[in-house]
Amino acid sequence: MSTKPVEGLQAISVTVNGEDYTALAEPRMLLSDFLRHECGLTGTHVGCEQGVCGACTVRVDGAIVRSCLTFAISVAGSKIDTVEGMAKANELHPVQAAFQEEHGLQCGFCTPGFLLTVQDLLEKIPSPTDQEIREHLSGNVCRCTGYQGIMAAVRSAAQKMQT
Amino acid sequence: MPLENEGEDWRMLDAQYISPRSVAEAVEALKGGGKDAMVLAGGTDLLVQARTGLRDPRLYVDLKRIPDLMALDISSKGLHLGASVPAAQIFENEDMKALYPGLTEAVDLIGSTQIQGRATVGGNLCNGSPAADTVPSLLVLEAICVIAGSEGERRVPASEFTTGPGETVLRPGEFLVRIEIPAPSKGAADAYLRFIPRTEMDIAVVGAAVSLTLDSSGCCEAASVALGAVAPTAILVEGAASALIGSTLDEAALERAGSAAYEAAQPIDDKRGTAEYRRRVASVLTQRSARMAAERARGRN
Ligand SMILES: Cc1cc2nc3c(=O)[nH]c(=O)nc-3n(C[C@H](O)[C@H](O)[C@H](O)COP(=O)(O)OP(=O)(O)OC[C@H]3O[C@@H](n4cnc5c(N)ncnc54)[C@H](O)[C@@H]3O)c2cc1C
Ligand code: FES
Ligand code: FES
Repeated sequence: MSTKPVEGLQAISVTVNGEDYTALAEPRMLLSDFLRHECGLTGTHVGCEQGVCGACTVRVDGAIVRSCLTFAISVAGSKIDTVEGMAKANELHPVQAAFQEEHGLQCGFCTPGFLLTVQDLLEKIPSPTDQEIREHLSGNVCRCTGYQGIMAAVRSAAQKMQT
Repeated sequence: MPLENEGEDWRMLDAQYISPRSVAEAVEALKGGGKDAMVLAGGTDLLVQARTGLRDPRLYVDLKRIPDLMALDISSKGLHLGASVPAAQIFENEDMKALYPGLTEAVDLIGSTQIQGRATVGGNLCNGSPAADTVPSLLVLEAICVIAGSEGERRVPASEFTTGPGETVLRPGEFLVRIEIPAPSKGAADAYLRFIPRTEMDIAVVGAAVSLTLDSSGCCEAASVALGAVAPTAILVEGAASALIGSTLDEAALERAGSAAYEAAQPIDDKRGTAEYRRRVASVLTQRSARMAAERARGRN
C-alpha cells in the first residue's frame, strides 16, 4: 500500500477467527463477499447489501461493522471475527446455546448477525436492560421470530455468562 | 433497489484504490485522480450510493489509515476530532460525553451499532444531507472545519460548510482533515434531539441542537440554536437564540424560542411529514432541547 493507486486483483490478507487468509480480490470487493467467496466462510450472510438488515455483521478489530458496506482492502491486516469462530471444540458459545434454547431463531438467516451483535453487547454491558438490548439490536432485522425469542435468548445468555 | 445483475456490474467495473498514510499523500492522490476520485471514510453513505448508481468514483482514496485523521484529542483548548474517527470511538469516550453531551448524543444516533463501527462525523458532514444528525450540533458548538488541498490548509466555519443538499464548500481535490471545537466555557452545555417515526435506524424528520451558557444565578448569557432537516441545509436560528439570551429559561422564553424555530423552518411536505407538522415539531424539539441543555448547564455551575 503506498503512493500509487492500485487496480485489478490485489493480494489481500486478513486474520479471520485467528487464522490467516490471503486471497486475490479487486479493490472494490466487499468484505462480505471476500469472507464468503475467497475465504469460504459462508456463515456471514448477505441480505439487503445496503447496510440496513444486519445479517452481514462481523467484527473488525473488535468493533461490529456491516461487512456489506466495507471494502476488504480497507481492512487488510485486521483481525476479523465471524460466526464460525464462536463455538469452541463443538461446544456452542453461551449466546448460541441461549438462542437455541429460547427459540431465538427460525430460518436462521439473520442469526449470525444477531449472535455477533449480542456478543458485543454482553461484553460492553454484562446485564443489559430490555431497553439496552433493543437499542443495541436495532440494526438487526429478523422476519421470522417476532423478536420475543431473541429478547429471551439475550436475557438468558447474559445470565449464563455471569455464572 | 439494485437489481441482481446491477450488483454484478458494479463489482465488475474497474476502479482504483489507494490508502494514503499522510495528509500530503492524500492530497497527491486526489490531484492525480482528477474529478473521478472520491474520498472514502466509513463508506456507510458512499458505498450505498455507489451500489445504487448514484455515484461512480473511479478512484477511492481511503482516509482511514491517516493517523492525523484518526486522532481524537481533547485538551484545555477544546476538541480536535479527526475526520475519520469512527462514531463508536467518539461516544464511548467519557470526556466527549462530559464536555459535549449533545454532539455525543448526535453521533450515537447515526445508524445502528454496526454502522457506528465505521461511520464518521467527517462523512456525515461531507455527505451534505440536510438531515445529517451531527451537523446541527457542529453549528451550535461553533465548529471549525480544517480542510486540506493542493493549495494548503484552510479553515471554514461549520455554519458555512454545507451549501445545499449534497453540496459543500469543498473544491475538487480538497478534503476535511479535522473538526475543531472550542472548550465549553463555565456554565455551558449542549443538547441534541431528533424526531423520527421509529426509535432507531431512521432519518430525522426534524433535529434540534441547542448550546447555552448560564451564569451563577441561572440567567442565560449565551445561546445558539440549530435545526436539521427543515431546510436545504441545517440552519442556525438566531431568533430562537436571542429569545433565550437574558432569560432564566422560563416557559415564556422557551415558547418564544419555539415560535422562532417554527418561523425559521422551511421544511418540505413528504411521506415522513407535512411541512406544517415539521414546523410544529421543530418548535417542540427546540424547547425540549433548550430545557435539556439548561439542566446540564445548571449542573456545571
Ligand atoms: C442503515 C443506515 C442508517 C443510517 N442512519 C443515519 C442516521 O440515523 N443519521 C445520520 O445522520 N446518518 C445516517 N446514516 C448515514 C451515514 O451512516 C452517515 O452519514 C455517516 O456519518 C457517514 O460517514 P462515513 O464515514 O460512512 O462516510 P462515507 O460514506 O465514507 O462518505 C460520505 C461522503 O462524504 C465524503 N467524505 C467522507 N469523509 C470525507 C472527508 N474527510 N473529506 C471530504 N469528504 C469526505 C465521501 O466522499 C462521501 O461523499 C445511515 C446510513 C445507513 C447505511
Ligand atoms: S447485508 Fe449488510 S446490512 Fe444487510
Ligand atoms: S430467523 Fe428467519 S430471519 Fe430471523
